[in-house]
Amino acid sequence: MSEMNTATHVPVLEVSDLDIEIRGVNGAFAVVSDMNFSVRAGETLCIVGESGCGKSMTALSLLRLLPEAATIAGGKVVIEGQDFLAMDQRQVEDFRGEKIAMIFQEPLTALNPVLRIGEQIAESVRQHRKCSRREADARAVDVLRLVQMPDPERRASQFPHELSGGMRQRAMIALALACDPKIIIADEPTTALDVTIQAQILGLISDLQKRLGTAQILITHDLGVVSEVADRVIVMYAGRKVEEASIYDLFDRPFHPYTIGLMGAVPGAGASSEAGDRLADIPGTVPPLWNLPKGCAFAPRCANASARCLEERPPFEEKRPGHWAACWEHDDAA
Amino acid sequence: MTMRLPKAFTNVSLVVGALISLTILLLAIFAPYVATHGIEQMDMRNRFDGPTMEHILGTDNFGRDLWSRLVFGARISLTIAVIAVTVSAAIGTVVGLVAGYFGGWVDQVLMRITDIFLGFPAIVLALAIVAVLGPGIMNVALAIIVVAWTEYARVVRSTTLVLREQNYVQAAKALGASPVRIIFKEILPNALGPIIVLASLGLGTAIISESALSFLGFGLPPPAPTWGWTLAYGTRFMRDAPWLSIVSGATIMVTVLGFNLLGDGLRDVLDPRQLSRGGGKSAKAK
Repeated sequence: MSEMNTATHVPVLEVSDLDIEIRGVNGAFAVVSDMNFSVRAGETLCIVGESGCGKSMTALSLLRLLPEAATIAGGKVVIEGQDFLAMDQRQVEDFRGEKIAMIFQEPLTALNPVLRIGEQIAESVRQHRKCSRREADARAVDVLRLVQMPDPERRASQFPHELSGGMRQRAMIALALACDPKIIIADEPTTALDVTIQAQILGLISDLQKRLGTAQILITHDLGVVSEVADRVIVMYAGRKVEEASIYDLFDRPFHPYTIGLMGAVPGAGASSEAGDRLADIPGTVPPLWNLPKGCAFAPRCANASARCLEERPPFEEKRPGHWAACWEHDDAA
Repeated sequence: MTMRLPKAFTNVSLVVGALISLTILLLAIFAPYVATHGIEQMDMRNRFDGPTMEHILGTDNFGRDLWSRLVFGARISLTIAVIAVTVSAAIGTVVGLVAGYFGGWVDQVLMRITDIFLGFPAIVLALAIVAVLGPGIMNVALAIIVVAWTEYARVVRSTTLVLREQNYVQAAKALGASPVRIIFKEILPNALGPIIVLASLGLGTAIISESALSFLGFGLPPPAPTWGWTLAYGTRFMRDAPWLSIVSGATIMVTVLGFNLLGDGLRDVLDPRQLSRGGGKSAKAK
């Protein structure tokens, strides 16, 4: 359904050649390199990868909220045709919340403990819209209703600690939606929730997104989440994209050995779906980012690695129509 | 700042401190009603009277009623203390928030200025200010403020350093909040606990400072019934009328003790909640 949607839209967000560096004691090293992607209205792009692969850094850079040690070393982030990285502080503040908003991982810590829910939402509305306090309060109740918060009027006057985990995440989503942003970034939005609530929240997010036509970038390490909501998926490893494809292509015919390994490691999916089988794992560990191998970063852990893999970094190229990967292997081998 | 009342009532320092502070405050407010004599009303036949039915705390060398002078003195002490604490808390809080939030050279400059004010011996600086500007409620308050704001600045700065790393501050930034909004809407409400504690302790300190200035003759000039001056000239008659110094000294002590107990109690009641607030540095899992 969203495919039809997306085909008619130009990208609302375009990221090109993004490089992010961290200055450490031993000099700077890249945590994200050569990131390229775009998202269209109504589309959900999932970025998957394990801890430290740079997916959260990528997300934060889209809001220019990187931690102090990290800087954007190069590349472009274009939001609705405007170069976000070239803007001054005031323009950036105008764009945040209004064009691009973020749903954080832990709703308890991402909501201010001493402010009422409604107040926090109204505060953000008043930051971006010229409107009276009363209109902002009314808008707060409206968005709480939009995220199916039970009894929104009463919840608006409560503090975060008075809400359950699921309701807090709903409040967090309401906060992000308050100013009708064009792009929503959700960084592991369901990790802190238990499984039944996770399903509800995911359902809510994708429902709202289809309804409002928001572009969404979902950061996660959970392939189950990906399979439920994504239109397109980017798999990251050690700061680089290793594979990008539509959700169907990726799950049906994963190309990169790392992606194949990830899927094998999910219970009930991939190779080990037989009951009683041991879960497959990927041998070895992620190399440290300040000391990456010369060739393919995954080569040391890859069963199919050849001499070339250890020497030369594979280009990120289209292996099949609409299906990109960075691997020296050819289609038939995967 | 909602406090759970039942828990607050079980805190002995808080309850005792609040009772003492409240009593002094009420005596000051209703001084004209609780005073038995005018503060300048002399009774030459009963000079240096010990406590009697007519003069419950005795009289001084002019036969003025000590009790009446003390309750009116409470007005002076509390007025000065409240002004001093309000202004110094306001200045110190803003300086601390700005220094802590922005960090870097802003922090360096503001904190070095704070250090300069801290470097002066407080009482000497206060004496100099009153000596230059002359006595008067505002000038005495100013003399106290000049040093007192530094403590708020330092405490609020360190609180801000922790609070600015909180996820909700990051979330507010992600929603486009400007630094001013983040400082006053997100951080300040969370920093109020320590400020309130400091302020109630600060009332005690301010009363001591005011009394010290008056004791040295740099407070409000006689015949103003300041506690400090009553204590000071009472020492001249220590042999004949020891109650003058003892009672006024005890008044100062009990008042300061009251505010300190109040502050300690508030700290106990406010702090644990702050720890359990999901505060602390929650490492952002990736």
